[in-house]
Amino acid sequence: MKKTVFVGVLALAGMSASVAAAGLLDEVKTRGKLNCGVATGVPGFAAPDANGEWQGFDVAVCRAVAAAVLDDPTAVEFVPTTGKTRFTALASGEIDMLARNTTWTFSRDVDLKFDFVGVNYYDGQGFLVRKDLGVSSAKELDGATICIQTGTTTELNLADFFRINNMSYEPVPIETNAEGQQQYLAGACDSYTTDASGLAATRATFEDAANHVILPEIISKEPLGPLVRHGDNEWADVVRWTLNALIAAEELGVTSANVAELASAPGNNPEINRLLGTEGTLGEMLGLPADWAVKALSVAGNYGEIFEKNIGETTPIGLARGLNAQWTSGGLLYAPPFR
Amino acid sequence: MTSLTDPPKESFRLGMLIYDTRYRSLTIQVVALIGFMIFAAWLINNTLYNLAEQGKNVAFGFLSDPAGYDINQRLLDYNSQSTHWRAAFIGLLNTLLVACMGCITATIIGVFVGVLRLSNNWLIARLMTVYVELFRNVPVLLWIVFTMAIMIETLPAPSDFRGENPEASMVLFDTVAITNRGVYIPEALFSNGLGDLPILPDRENPSCQPGEDGTLGDDCGVFQISLDLLLIVVVFGASLFASGLIRKRADRIQNETGDRPNTWYLRVGVVLLPTIAVLAVLGFHLGYPELKGFNFQGGTHLRNSLIALWLALSLYTAAFIAEIVRAGIMAISKGQTEAAAALGLRPNRIMNLVILPQALRVIIPPLISNYLNLTKNSSLAIAVGYMDITGTLGGITMNQTGRELECVLMLMLVYLAISLSISAVMNWYNERVKLVER
Amino acid sequence: MVDIHFVRKSMIEEQEPPVATTGVAGWIRENLFSSPLNAVLSILSLAFIFYVLSALLPWIISPTWAATSLGECREILAGHEGACWGVIRERWLQLLFGFYPRELYWRVVLDFALLIVAVAPVLFTGLPRKMLVFSAIYPFLMPWLLWGGSVWNPIAAALGFVLGYYAHKLAKPTLGSLAAVILAFVIPIIWWAFLSGPVVDALASVLPLITLEGVESRNFGGFMLSITIGVVAIAISLPIGIVLALGRQSNLFIVRSLSVGFIEFIRGVPLITLLFVASTLLNIFMPPGTDFDIILRVIIMVTLFASAYMAEVVRGGLAALPKGQYEAADALGLDFWMAQRLIIMPQALKISIPGIVSTFIGVFKDTTLVSIIGLLDPIGLSTSIRADQAWNGVVWELYGFIALMFFIFCFSMSRYSMFLERKLQTGHR
Repeated sequence: MKKTVFVGVLALAGMSASVAAAGLLDEVKTRGKLNCGVATGVPGFAAPDANGEWQGFDVAVCRAVAAAVLDDPTAVEFVPTTGKTRFTALASGEIDMLARNTTWTFSRDVDLKFDFVGVNYYDGQGFLVRKDLGVSSAKELDGATICIQTGTTTELNLADFFRINNMSYEPVPIETNAEGQQQYLAGACDSYTTDASGLAATRATFEDAANHVILPEIISKEPLGPLVRHGDNEWADVVRWTLNALIAAEELGVTSANVAELASAPGNNPEINRLLGTEGTLGEMLGLPADWAVKALSVAGNYGEIFEKNIGETTPIGLARGLNAQWTSGGLLYAPPFR
Repeated sequence: MTSLTDPPKESFRLGMLIYDTRYRSLTIQVVALIGFMIFAAWLINNTLYNLAEQGKNVAFGFLSDPAGYDINQRLLDYNSQSTHWRAAFIGLLNTLLVACMGCITATIIGVFVGVLRLSNNWLIARLMTVYVELFRNVPVLLWIVFTMAIMIETLPAPSDFRGENPEASMVLFDTVAITNRGVYIPEALFSNGLGDLPILPDRENPSCQPGEDGTLGDDCGVFQISLDLLLIVVVFGASLFASGLIRKRADRIQNETGDRPNTWYLRVGVVLLPTIAVLAVLGFHLGYPELKGFNFQGGTHLRNSLIALWLALSLYTAAFIAEIVRAGIMAISKGQTEAAAALGLRPNRIMNLVILPQALRVIIPPLISNYLNLTKNSSLAIAVGYMDITGTLGGITMNQTGRELECVLMLMLVYLAISLSISAVMNWYNERVKLVER
Repeated sequence: MVDIHFVRKSMIEEQEPPVATTGVAGWIRENLFSSPLNAVLSILSLAFIFYVLSALLPWIISPTWAATSLGECREILAGHEGACWGVIRERWLQLLFGFYPRELYWRVVLDFALLIVAVAPVLFTGLPRKMLVFSAIYPFLMPWLLWGGSVWNPIAAALGFVLGYYAHKLAKPTLGSLAAVILAFVIPIIWWAFLSGPVVDALASVLPLITLEGVESRNFGGFMLSITIGVVAIAISLPIGIVLALGRQSNLFIVRSLSVGFIEFIRGVPLITLLFVASTLLNIFMPPGTDFDIILRVIIMVTLFASAYMAEVVRGGLAALPKGQYEAADALGLDFWMAQRLIIMPQALKISIPGIVSTFIGVFKDTTLVSIIGLLDPIGLSTSIRADQAWNGVVWELYGFIALMFFIFCFSMSRYSMFLERKLQTGHR
């Protein structure tokens, strides 16, 4: 008698299982929504505003993918994840992609079975200190109390850095950026360490920003990028090339202002034509309509525009392009050719 | 049940499994067991399938790899090259530490507040009611975060102690520094120390080879016990035992002669002198905290994450304990108080000698469950960055290795073991103080 | 002989009692300064109250209601200490409703208003018994109002129970009681698992009576999320808890061991580890491809958590019943289930109501833990709000608001529970 119940439940489970077997791209299209994992709150990168609309640099990547796939930048369900829950959320299929300033590392790519589709922000771990502390280099931080955000690569980098330099320190683990800021400002730690972009964003909100400096040492490489699960290459391609389209568009001079005009008729630059679908069949190869990149670009413009709007020098966060400039202007952004 | 006639002999039919009360319970149990086993098998099967799908397996080997992260509060030796096992163990000790400290202070505060709530001082009784209601009706997580924020925002930073005219200064004759990084108190030091005794030393380990001065390395053994501490504890224990003998002798003399010999000076001497002598031989002195570099150095550092968690858990649990104490006291009939008063006892002696001992029996069982709650609530340490076992094994280790199943399973088993042992000890005590009724 | 006797011929005037024992002065003397120790305690308490109020009040009374950012607050305060209430004005709706669509707030409000109507007849015995019908309907109404969808969904869900009831009723005379019980379990499950989905779809397309706009549970947040988790968990945990409590009291060894094992396991581990299971493991335990969203998973785990505590509360209620009640039920020839249904449970559950209410308060408070696994409950939202450039650095105002809300909810419930306890106590004397 009990068995019948279980057979029934099993059969029910089997039904739902068969739905999930199709490719993620088709699944997202039939669902009509993209589930995108973001941070619960990092200034400039992802935070909900008073109307519950998510805003930020990472959020813009989700919106671009949603626009390319579903032709609707608002067809995104933002799933807030913490440093702890983000990988399981992605591995269990709860989210289709993760855009939550996540560092591309060997073990995450290989051991945790994810595919990093590219890098949307080149970052590195830095130290924020008060000017009156009189410290000019991270090597002078021997014996200091240092606030670190847990659940990230930063705590491992920090342990390595101090061990290599034979220095001691007192780690103060904290859960969220807001707590780190609070402890640092009250002087409960001498230094706050996280990705340099986060430090700049945090520093920008201080009442006395000028009294704080970010030390010159960047102790780690932190290529942050969106990632998807292993094994579904079609979907990985869609996310990868949407990101590349944003980067390539900046290099090619396609902006939100002129994208409609450029897409209306083939111009004289074949690469722009291929990107915008007026020439060739790139969209079809991805399983998307020909004007997929046009849609992605019309949301918030190219990489440069997204950067300027959310975290650029005109915003309170005020990050310089630095490593994140196009390769033509001395940065590391280098989108593979669209052909 | 007895019956006058034997029940009619019936041959066994299948229907009897259900309709005969003699077999029905067996049938139900077998069905329940089979159902449970199918359910468990189903869960395990799903888990294995899903893990295989994600390319993972269930293995605990990762626990022997270097953890790679640092822990600030460590009761035993630990560095970033120690294993995940070690990190989990350090976390476990931290959990136990804050749970023990919390239980003790929560009991003290709780008993005080519970008694004061019944005080005939109107203001005090109201104030205590406000305290109890405030703490009981706001989530403990908020209290933990609150306490931490208050400590960080209101206490002075170490840099405030610096300079010609420091904004803050140390208290208690410059021996204790209260900062927003924690409290620095003097530590016990021994100038002629005996060294440490490694427990379970591994002879292969190079740090177990005696160095030039005959001492062993810090990494030798699973952990090391300070011989000084061991000696002091042994001597002090022996003194207490001797003092007990003297008391027994005094009791005997009093029983025989009716006069109690005056022994208090003897007992004080027996308890204190040997310990003082041992301390003097070992070269006992206090190490005071001093502001050096970025932080206070020397002394024992009670980190503010520990203090915040400890305070918040104590105050929160104390509010519940106060209610239990109050209910326990009110459960004692008024006749007891009146009888004690008629005997001429003063109010505080009535409380200590008559009411509390009786109330204790009512109080102990709910007290146990509050100790359990406090221990379980200590897992919220994660909110203030106190590295308990949820912070190490269930936090950084889980996050860095991606071994969720293994870590959560171990975490649950550890907490289960702690809970079961607390309730076992407390139940044993409860049995002992139980009123033996005729 | 001198006559020394004295007889008063007239009544003397009533005297005022001594000043020190009446009026304000007397009261103060009696209640605050009855002994030196009391006097010291009173003065210390007064000093403490003065200290706290003098620190808090100037901070609370702060003209920053209209500010739109922390910077603006700082300008208004111009260096004085004070709260920045603008953040509450701008975000209080978000703290209450999370990301629920603004035009649909009425559904949430209506839902929780109806909740009070539904539990009122259970909590206040003075109300007409007929209201219990609504209490029975409410569990189906509630998810429909919150999550939306076709009105046929709750009807189909309720139909399962009706089917089970009639299967039992019709089958019992013909097939015997055991077969009837089995049918009463199997038929609803088959209905829910295989038939209700297509039937609802068909009905919804043929007769689209009322279809509410669907709201995904990801949009739940703030206090609404806490209340939803708490209410759903307690409602579902009550029947599970009763079964577990009966199992724990049973003299069948295996049934008892399974119940005790489950209860002790859940009670022995902290809720946060169960939430870790919800956030990282529950989908791994389920058949491949099952995708419960995180809020559903959290509700499942919190329900299991609450069931164990509920089982202990019900067990307490069962233990408090006099043994005569069981014996009387046996003497009437009632079988186990009938005795439970007609005699034991109505009394045991009535005694347990205060315990159930305090379990609910505990679960409701514990829902704040979901912020640790990244759900946006009030505490989780406060982190997100602080990630907004305008409010970066706001701490006390948000925590204070959240604490106040929790206090109002929990305090009123605990007062009710105490009132009930007192009423029940007198009932037993």
